[in-house]
Amino acid sequence: MVVPVSYYLALSVALFALGVIGVLIRRNVLVIMMCIEMMLNAVNLAFIGFADYFKAVDGQMFVFFVMIVAAAEVAVGLALIVAIFRNRGTMYVDELNILKW
Amino acid sequence: MELIFFVLGGVALISGGLVVFQRHPLRSALWLIVNFFAVAGIYLLAHAEFIAAIQIIVYAGAIMVLFLFVIMLLNLRQPEEELRFLHLGQKVGGIILAGFTVLLLIYTITRVALPPGKALPPGLGNTESIAKLLFTDYLLPFEVTSVLLLVAIVGAVVLAKTRLK
Repeated sequence: MVVPVSYYLALSVALFALGVIGVLIRRNVLVIMMCIEMMLNAVNLAFIGFADYFKAVDGQMFVFFVMIVAAAEVAVGLALIVAIFRNRGTMYVDELNILKW
Repeated sequence: MELIFFVLGGVALISGGLVVFQRHPLRSALWLIVNFFAVAGIYLLAHAEFIAAIQIIVYAGAIMVLFLFVIMLLNLRQPEEELRFLHLGQKVGGIILAGFTVLLLIYTITRVALPPGKALPPGLGNTESIAKLLFTDYLLPFEVTSVLLLVAIVGAVVLAKTRLK
């Protein structure tokens, strides 16, 4: 009846791995940020699974705060991406090599 | 219950894979919305109704609209014939690193012996209990959060307005 907590953890690990693969493989900054969002979501899923398992609401509180931080991060990150694109004219991380002297 | 979990988890995994392996960022963003909805369904299964609603409103609503807005704003018109990945070495290295991350996570999770869960205490509903905790035990983080959001707003406006030269 009740879904065991190991299922939540397995799905969380799989989603997190997908996010890691995306961050390491893709070149488009926007897709990299989306993959970061997916990793945050995977961590939230683990929190919710444990909150359900221990019957405690504290895990859901953490998810709440993670979501707030994610919203702030996306706002600043997308503003940075727009600024970089206007300045450098590219979205691909391997072409943004101004620090590589 | 488990069947619904497997269906939603499968949707989440497939859409997550499509986020990574789509050519155009617009399609990645749309698949990510599907992913968020599937995860919200799993939250509902786990008796986290408030978090599921917040997930849809904040993630699928606000954040993804912001993403789509930026994609439209930047008007990415480059021809994307081939999937614009990094070099082969970095690709293989990335997958190997991700595999190690998974192994490390599985190793850590399987080593910890979980204490058995307790029975559900009767009484408060989900949203009610969250609100109670939010304004008692987690009051300070809640207030700090408002400062964080203010900083993010100011930072976003400054970054968007000034021309970096």
